[in-house]
Amino acid sequence: MLNYAIRRLLFAIPTLLIISFLIFAILDLAPNDPTGNLPLTIPPEVREKIRMALGLGDPFPIRYLKWLQQFFINEPLNIIEQAFGITIGDSENRLRVQSWATRSPVVDLIIERTPQTLWVVGMSYVVGILIAIPIGVISAYRQYSVFDQVGTFISMIGFSVPTFFTGLLFIVIFSSTLGWLPSIYDTTHEVTDFASFWFQVKQMIMPVMVLALFNASQLSRFMRASMLDNLSQDYVRTARAKGLKEKVVLLVHVLRNSLIPVVTVIALGIPQIFGGAIITEQIFRVNGLGQLLIVGIQGADIPLVQTLTFIFAILIVFFNLVADIVYGMLDPRIRYE
Amino acid sequence: MSNASNVVAAEEMPQHRSLWGDVWSQFRTHKGAVAGAAVFFLIVLGVVLGPYIHTLDPQFLDIRNKNLGPSLAHPMGTDNLGRDTLAQVMAGGRVSLLVGIVAMLLSLVVGTAIGVLAGFFKKLDGPLMRFTDLFLALPLLPLLLVIIMLFRDSLRAAFGPETGIFLLIVFVIGITSWMQTARIVRGDVLALKEMEFVVAARSIGAPSRRIISRHILPNVLSPIMVSATLGIANAIITESALSFLGLGFPSDFPTWGRLLYDGANFMQLTPERVIWPGLAISLTVLSVNYMGDGLRDALDPRIRGR
Repeated sequence: MLNYAIRRLLFAIPTLLIISFLIFAILDLAPNDPTGNLPLTIPPEVREKIRMALGLGDPFPIRYLKWLQQFFINEPLNIIEQAFGITIGDSENRLRVQSWATRSPVVDLIIERTPQTLWVVGMSYVVGILIAIPIGVISAYRQYSVFDQVGTFISMIGFSVPTFFTGLLFIVIFSSTLGWLPSIYDTTHEVTDFASFWFQVKQMIMPVMVLALFNASQLSRFMRASMLDNLSQDYVRTARAKGLKEKVVLLVHVLRNSLIPVVTVIALGIPQIFGGAIITEQIFRVNGLGQLLIVGIQGADIPLVQTLTFIFAILIVFFNLVADIVYGMLDPRIRYE
Repeated sequence: MSNASNVVAAEEMPQHRSLWGDVWSQFRTHKGAVAGAAVFFLIVLGVVLGPYIHTLDPQFLDIRNKNLGPSLAHPMGTDNLGRDTLAQVMAGGRVSLLVGIVAMLLSLVVGTAIGVLAGFFKKLDGPLMRFTDLFLALPLLPLLLVIIMLFRDSLRAAFGPETGIFLLIVFVIGITSWMQTARIVRGDVLALKEMEFVVAARSIGAPSRRIISRHILPNVLSPIMVSATLGIANAIITESALSFLGLGFPSDFPTWGRLLYDGANFMQLTPERVIWPGLAISLTVLSVNYMGDGLRDALDPRIRGR
């Protein structure tokens, strides 16, 4: 197992290097001028100097290696320094990945935006899991019952209707028609007493529910299929024959085994928490990571977009690895050699 | 149930039962799939033939009649420039469905090619599957957004504003959605390759390309067809998401996603502008997903005929 994990980790390194190169190359070789948005009155020689100041003077391979160095060596060193309050080497002159639009280090912007995303999107993932598991269990246990038919139909709808439509529909219904919930997520809001806590809950309901509905419908389909696979196994008959209560059979024996594949699906979905909620953040004006990416893309802020996209890629590779390892640990039938 | 009806059919008509006849009779027993197929057919029909019945030009500006609610002349109302929403939804649907179908075809061709090559030729298996894993690890939506933002202007300059953006979007959706097809096809080809009829074909000296085209491809058709339906749904959702983020089609050449994006700013005033295009996307995707479910059951020989 440990061997397998180490081998996978070693294999992840070249994968990530290739991905980082692809991302860097796509963004860098594209026909795009970072000074294109500046006023036309700027003379060409000044424009050239601006380009040099943005670090565009070096040839492509050098810029790629410099970016790699900044991303993999300089930024982690900075984070260590901030975390422990120590100085390693020449930290004043260490180059950091700078955003072109704000001229501040990209990593600081990302750290600033992460809590909002984690709160809203992470919460929706948790809510989605909590909805999906009971629905999946009951639909599988009472297969072809009314509950199962309705549940399957609703999960098909939740799975098919895109979040940008459910989000807008929720706004039309709950905020412009009924006026119950605010349509814009106010990130500067601080929770100090019960009234402000209630406001925070109210403004989180819509974005969280939109995403939770989508996650729950995907997960409940997996949960149902996995429960159905397990309910027909021999060990279930044995458990019943031993005289165990139906509740124990279902919730201890079957549920535990059915959760194994679902846990890996959940792990595989975690990177989406960070990157996949771009649309929901856009609808409800949550200024999280997805919104940062959109602003970066619209403003052609290449270093910001490169770094964010690459961080998403790291998360995907990492959680793929986690999913495989967790699966191997939970299911003793799986042997990685 | 289907078994009984098959027996009856066989007694009444002594002709041989074809594979596709069996598939069709199984498909018909899946109520959701039949309803999905009917709805999808109606949507396609409405989008293709609708503009001949409701003949208003979707781009005709009628400022005096702006922000109207539904009426006989404008069944879905008008937008803030007085354009007819129904005509726009129909025109947008043509583009959305075309993007869905063309992007799906592209992703099927790429996915099938990579899947067959990886499954059939042992030497290519490792590299091609690593390549597929690499694509699966890419954060797709951010990359799609970035590619469109960066290459939009040059392609529009090269092919004209409408063709340029169409080609770009179809291409980027197609080349980022072939991975699942490739994996499924590879798995099936690996199993097929060891079967007796392929060994027999090889033993009489058939070249690889003929074995692939004659024996392998017809047998992997069913997973490809299921991927095709799901691919259309995926492509339509991706295109709408891109347009919804303002990085897809322009508003003078709208798709359903773009109509939704433009309508979102007038949600309080004319909620119809959001509801109709959104409903169109949702119904299309829902019906295509149901069709895919039914098709998967119908094409699975372990389920068919039970």
